[in-house]
Amino acid sequence: MELRNHPPSEPDVPALKARALNLRRKMMGMASGKGEGYIAQGLGIADCLAALYFHEMRHDPANPDWDGRDRFLLSTGHYSIAMYAVLAEAGYLDDGELPTYGLNGSALPMSTFDETVGVEIVGGSLGHGLGQAVGMAMGLRLDNSSARVFCEFSDGELDEGSTWEAAMGAATFKCDKLVALIDCNGIQADGPVTVAIEPVADKMRAFGFETYEINGNDMAALVEALAACREANGKPKAIVLRTTPGFGIPTIMARERAHFVRVGNDEWDSLIEELERENA
Amino acid sequence: MPESKTLGDRTRGMGEIVEVAGKVTELAPFGNTLAEMAASRPEIVGLTADMGRYSDILPFRDAHPDRFFNVGMAEQNLIMIAAGLSKVGKIAYCTTYSVFITRRAYDFVAIACAHSKANVKIFAGMPGLVNGYGATHQATEDLNMMRGIADLTIIDPCDATELKQVVRAVADIPGTVYVRNLRGKVPVELPADYRFEVGKAKVLKEGDGDTGIIATGYMSARALDAARIVAGEGRDVGVLHVGTIKPFDTAGVLEFARRHKRLIVAENHKTTGGLGTLVIEALYDAGICKPLSRIGLADGFFECGSQEYLEAKYQVDLPRFLEVIREG
Repeated sequence: MELRNHPPSEPDVPALKARALNLRRKMMGMASGKGEGYIAQGLGIADCLAALYFHEMRHDPANPDWDGRDRFLLSTGHYSIAMYAVLAEAGYLDDGELPTYGLNGSALPMSTFDETVGVEIVGGSLGHGLGQAVGMAMGLRLDNSSARVFCEFSDGELDEGSTWEAAMGAATFKCDKLVALIDCNGIQADGPVTVAIEPVADKMRAFGFETYEINGNDMAALVEALAACREANGKPKAIVLRTTPGFGIPTIMARERAHFVRVGNDEWDSLIEELERENA
Repeated sequence: MPESKTLGDRTRGMGEIVEVAGKVTELAPFGNTLAEMAASRPEIVGLTADMGRYSDILPFRDAHPDRFFNVGMAEQNLIMIAAGLSKVGKIAYCTTYSVFITRRAYDFVAIACAHSKANVKIFAGMPGLVNGYGATHQATEDLNMMRGIADLTIIDPCDATELKQVVRAVADIPGTVYVRNLRGKVPVELPADYRFEVGKAKVLKEGDGDTGIIATGYMSARALDAARIVAGEGRDVGVLHVGTIKPFDTAGVLEFARRHKRLIVAENHKTTGGLGTLVIEALYDAGICKPLSRIGLADGFFECGSQEYLEAKYQVDLPRFLEVIREG
């Protein structure tokens, strides 16, 4: 797997879809038997992570600290289940570690710490990701690096004022190698997003971002939007990802209070079967 | 309407240079030292949140404009950007007022910086009553707040001599550092052979073992001034300067405390949660019980005014030092 090349070769959408399915399988394995968790968000963001780690980003699992790597910042630390799945799929983590997810003493905590290989920031205190991504992009530019910075954050994080401070910073400092990936899944801890964050794409444009809005669970749309974000035009980029929590497993998609979804111990096997059946 | 005759009669502009009567001073020791050292250290970057002029970082901006960033009035973003820069190999010196770093950007200092051991060096301006703009601008509980953050080094320099050494030293102290910055014409109080060591309290003056003052920041210089005055009264007061608040030099403080019959703790900060509290904790844990007086600010929000007026009103000025020393 050659992941240092850029620009990447033509996207192999079926292969990327297969990667996304593998991520979902890994996540279901990690969550299985634990009764509850952030599986819905993980399933929703899986396609984006597959497109990044197996197509768009330059990185080297054999050398996680490679200076020239593209950075991926997961601002939503509670999406850690998806982060570990993609890190394992790419070879940063061993599959054998994944079952420890969320357990006491695990190197794969419920919310991401940057001690975990391949994790760039401490995520989870929401509104921390984009500003750090801006700083990274500024620092990489000082070094004349061609590395890019991808920062995932959620629609819920648009409630945080720090996100908008960071957005203005990205435009002010012309961070055109920065790509904001905004996971608009419509849910927050207390239920649906309640603050008037829409229209997200128009707001990002007004803040100086070259902005695309796509179905975040559509692999062909993902690779196309990511390719459009490569242009060095002095503007930061944003992709508004309209994702569906629990995507790939209709039963979870339909479940209420999907932020921290409850799954009975007797349900996991049938849900895993449903994932395979839906994606056969 | 009262006529304003001297600078001491009114709140001064923050760009206005505070005259320090009878003191040798040095202009902008922070910014000039940073500009000089950055010439040979390309990994150093400098940031401010619209407080370049009032933090003394402008000499760095002028010398290294490509490495200077003003993020605007956005302290959370200041700290996030500094953290990001550090995570791609930079040493990020960032500046604004202490109040805005501590009260507004606390979570970002704790998680984006300290938790990641990020090389972010925060020079937080106008600590305590240095600022005459009232409670909105006076960081009177910053030591209390910041000592609660793990893996954060906290330094409260005494004067220009120490501050210049601190500017250089923090580049090689791993992780995040919070420094109470002094700006403008900063007095030179410590001897030229003074050497700052992180985590080490320094005896500035040995006494006769009766009264020992444990102080931090520019209150250590005031303690020296007071000691010189009472020397004429036959009092030989010892002075210990605790330049590093965290990690706290428990051994150094206890050694000094054991050698004195009574202690005075002095700080440009509330008397709770800062140096006074740290000293008392150290003494209690070691089973030492001695008479101890605290010079510092009572709990409250403080008014606007000249530094001289505020220090007198809130009891941290030189006469207050003399009064407390003479109580013993």
